[in-house]
Amino acid sequence: MAEALSQSGKARLGRIVIYTCLLIVALLYLMPLWVMVSTSLKPLDEIYGGSFIGLPKVVTLDAWRAAWSQACIGTECTGLKPYFVNSLLMVIPAVALSTGIGAINGYILTKWKFPGANFVFGLMLFGCFLPYQAILIPMARTLGLLGLAGSIPGLVAVHVSYGICFTTLFFRNYFVSLPDELTKAAMVDGAGFFRIFWSVILPTSIPIIVVSCIWQFTQIWNDFLFGVSFTSGSSSPITVALNNIVNVTTGRKQYNVDMAAAMIAAIPTLVVYIVAGRYFVRGLTAGAVKG
Amino acid sequence: MSASTRMSSRLAAWLPRIVVAPSLLVVIVTVYLFILWTGLISVTSSKFVPTYDFVGLEQYVRLWATPRWHTAVANLFIFSALFLALSTGLGLLMAILLDQNIRAEGALRAIYLYPMALSFIVTGTAWKWIMNPGLGIQRVVNDLGWTDFRFDWITDPQMAIYTVVVAGVWQSSGFAMAIFLAGLRGIDNSVIKAAQIEGATLPLIYRQIIIPMLRPAMLSVIVLLSYIAIKSFDLVLALTNGGPGTATELPSTFMFSATFRRNQMGVGAASAVMMLMTVAAIIIPYLYSELREKNNG
Repeated sequence: MAEALSQSGKARLGRIVIYTCLLIVALLYLMPLWVMVSTSLKPLDEIYGGSFIGLPKVVTLDAWRAAWSQACIGTECTGLKPYFVNSLLMVIPAVALSTGIGAINGYILTKWKFPGANFVFGLMLFGCFLPYQAILIPMARTLGLLGLAGSIPGLVAVHVSYGICFTTLFFRNYFVSLPDELTKAAMVDGAGFFRIFWSVILPTSIPIIVVSCIWQFTQIWNDFLFGVSFTSGSSSPITVALNNIVNVTTGRKQYNVDMAAAMIAAIPTLVVYIVAGRYFVRGLTAGAVKG
Repeated sequence: MSASTRMSSRLAAWLPRIVVAPSLLVVIVTVYLFILWTGLISVTSSKFVPTYDFVGLEQYVRLWATPRWHTAVANLFIFSALFLALSTGLGLLMAILLDQNIRAEGALRAIYLYPMALSFIVTGTAWKWIMNPGLGIQRVVNDLGWTDFRFDWITDPQMAIYTVVVAGVWQSSGFAMAIFLAGLRGIDNSVIKAAQIEGATLPLIYRQIIIPMLRPAMLSVIVLLSYIAIKSFDLVLALTNGGPGTATELPSTFMFSATFRRNQMGVGAASAVMMLMTVAAIIIPYLYSELREKNNG
């Protein structure tokens, strides 16, 4: 009896240790977000007065306003607003195109297999792991030749080109598990290539469409390398503009504006993550988990 | 069968190939042809713009004679080793703890993983501020009374690379956790039960049975994190901008500044080829084994 009691006591102690560890790690992970938000809400004097981790004594949205519409990026003091719009103009067509193309590629590579289909897939798969430094120079030259250098359509083209490697992977791996009888039956009924895609395949693939859109949205919105390499000045995406705001070296550093700007750049992907985290995780692990 | 239906059935047979062809063409050009193009530039004397004169391996010799490149390569080793070890270790630990029938598991998982949704530029900006010696953590601890406390790694050339590790681990360990957790959920509970009946303690079961069973997940984590480490660029740029001096230069930042800032396109291309070969040496065997197992199974 006494032994059983101490057993359960031990188990309870174990639970307490586990929960404590998990909570400490959770707090550590939340700390940067907390620091960003609270700093962005403080007046600058309070920050220089040494308030780092604490609650703001005075809550003000001035820094957010400045980051959104007044902060200087290079010589232009427009705030992040136009760059936020740039990123939207880039991300929406790029996500739609890459997801659409990936869906049809995945459909072909699983349901209309032709000799060499696996090789085609392998070629695309390696594109997922390409270190983009290896293509920066040729891409910059090509965009220049096509007259797309430094433009949003140019960035869309780049993101679609490399994005289809990922989206094809997502859709192929999803369609592989759909029974072939589905398409065969439709074929017997006389449905053709596009007809089957529209009315048989697409209606079953809502989850993977969501995964693909979320993954592409996060990747493209957060991209910095392509943005900084292929655009300049007013055509930059938001990540590049944010980096420019933060790296201003003149005058008294406005940390609250920096943090508000970082939050503005982070909010779209954070919202997507909070709303559809489950799908986000599926995209993340798609390249890793074996079927 | 009339000629026109024969035509249309032949077209139907080719239709899938015709539809996939543009994508394939784009990938062949923008991935493989561009790699060859970069390789070509790396054996020319290109500076500001590509010039197509063959100079052999001169740019590679110059690259490996550049102290800055040596710093970058050494940093990549330090950064990758620590980043991999800490992210994997922390990720595994969190996954195992989360797998103990935890209340609010969903919320905790969401907290561990949210940094993955952020841009590395945002992460770098946040941690640059946190590690600011004048106003960040150091100041907080100083104000609490430990006036000798120093946490000024970010301005210390010897220590600055470790700040990149801290921020990188914060961003990516949740990713390792997610993959390990998926792996743990795939393990049959009866294995654990049987071992418990045999009288094995929980830590022993994990060490001897469960962690070895996570080998495929471990492989995935290590490969994907190495890939993240090698291409890390934005994080360094936002956090330290390669500094102080060149203290946190990585191959990715070296390539970028050589090509676009210092007019050494040939050297930049050579460094890009070195990076590509490193990634290929890790990724190709991995993809090969993954695909082969899938086809067999």
